[in-house]
Amino acid sequence: MTRTLAAFQDAFAAALGADVSAPQMASLAAQPGFIVYRNTVMKGCVDALLANYPAVARLVGDEWFRAAAAFFARDHLPVRPALVEYGDEFPDFLAAFEPAAELPYLADVARVERLWTEAHIAGDEEALAAGALASVSADRMACAVLRPHASARWAWFAGQPIFSIWRCNRDGADPGDLQTLAWRAEGVLLVRPGGSVQALELGAGGCAFMDACAVGSRLSDAGVAALDAEPQVDLAALLAQLLRAGAFAQILIATEREDSKQ
Amino acid sequence: MTGVGEAVVRRRAVQDSPTAGLGLRAPHYVEAEACRAVGLWFEVHPENYMVNGGPRLAWLEAIRARHPLSLHGVGMSLAADADPDREHLVRLHGLVRRFEPFLVSEHLAWSMWGGYYRPDLLPIPRTSEALERVVANVQRTQESLQRRIAIENPSHYLHIPNHDYDEIEFLNELCRRTGCALLLDVNNVYVSANNLGFDADAYIDAFPADYIAEVHLAGHSADPSLGDALLIDSHDSPVCPAVWRLYARLIERIGARPTLIERDDALPTFDTLLAERARAHCILRGTLQVAP
Repeated sequence: MTRTLAAFQDAFAAALGADVSAPQMASLAAQPGFIVYRNTVMKGCVDALLANYPAVARLVGDEWFRAAAAFFARDHLPVRPALVEYGDEFPDFLAAFEPAAELPYLADVARVERLWTEAHIAGDEEALAAGALASVSADRMACAVLRPHASARWAWFAGQPIFSIWRCNRDGADPGDLQTLAWRAEGVLLVRPGGSVQALELGAGGCAFMDACAVGSRLSDAGVAALDAEPQVDLAALLAQLLRAGAFAQILIATEREDSKQ
Repeated sequence: MTGVGEAVVRRRAVQDSPTAGLGLRAPHYVEAEACRAVGLWFEVHPENYMVNGGPRLAWLEAIRARHPLSLHGVGMSLAADADPDREHLVRLHGLVRRFEPFLVSEHLAWSMWGGYYRPDLLPIPRTSEALERVVANVQRTQESLQRRIAIENPSHYLHIPNHDYDEIEFLNELCRRTGCALLLDVNNVYVSANNLGFDADAYIDAFPADYIAEVHLAGHSADPSLGDALLIDSHDSPVCPAVWRLYARLIERIGARPTLIERDDALPTFDTLLAERARAHCILRGTLQVAP
């Protein structure tokens, strides 16, 4: 049996783009109903991006966002039907998108939104209790390795107050006035230790600390990394802040790789 | 009664004594969970819950603890000339095991092709070759999920040449060969009949009663430039009077079946949807006549 169904689907998919050159598509693409499919596909992509990047949409307005999202969707169709995952390349697209050039923070705000989505849908896991390190003896403390919580995401933005811009453009927040923001570097930690994603500002040292923990560095090495990134960082206060936030799921002891989950 | 036992009883309840349900969207989670309308069940798109963890699954757990649930897929792409996506099937099976829906349904349509997902329900020429492919894909899906699924009739916007089967013949044959059930979307029939110029009453009358596991009701809209000549299955408005009339005609012929009010866009208040759902509930109980 010849695969005429596959040929039909090749031609139809191409015509949804803009290529109506396949002979069998001529009579279909000429019908007024064909545009319904093209519009529905585009609306599905744009609506999904709007749902996944609400702060970007708030910053640029609905009309601008829909136009940019449609531009993106033309070259970046979803690869899975689970549309909550759609648009991981949208921040990079915005960074290179000429009309967004006058909003230099837009791509990084989109990066925070992507991290939020990842934290939102990550696997469930109990967070390490804030006092968990107290049970580790002093001689083993240097060998302790803190494994980040499955939902923990963080990023450092060296040039702009991305965390503040993102936070005041979330749903329900007061967008305020960007002109009044202190223009400084900011980092963000997003984590979902319980029901919903929690966000807190994280310094350069905190981000470097989390980076080190994520690759399995010992606590002592993670501390050095934090100090390298931010010499004046208070390590004890940082660690306490991260534990309170539920940023970790497990303590491992590096020498024995013993799992002493609390 | 708790857990699996309760879930099994609920599943039987909707099938033995069919009631009306509502499509569930995130803004209505809290009201949906709290609602105690008799026989109320909910339907969701499983694709929205294909996540590793987090609040979406927690919400669905809470809803499921109090209401029967139906999973209505939009991403299986059963009419694509390709095998069903293995990972998608695994994720769907995980949801089926966890939430024990009383019904799992999908569409006679395709959306995944060449590695990309197009968020729509795309049409096929109903050829013998297409039938073979859809039969194989439905069989594969039912084997993977270890249960029967229901297949929905699509909305049509195009005159496609080279059909070997009319739609009802095609669906009948699909059911006969795979043991699957059908989901009859009355609004899709109305929209398609309008767009392609066939008789909606005749289609409804000819649809095989014994295979119908669920009925869908939804609203549509007129094309912005062509008006009523081209109706779009937009799920953004109330069920129209003509669709209510077709629905009453159908239920009079086939008896009560689980019936869903679908609303995916321009979401009204939960109470507004509940009132629409109550109308279907009354028709199912034979207490509301719809003027012809």
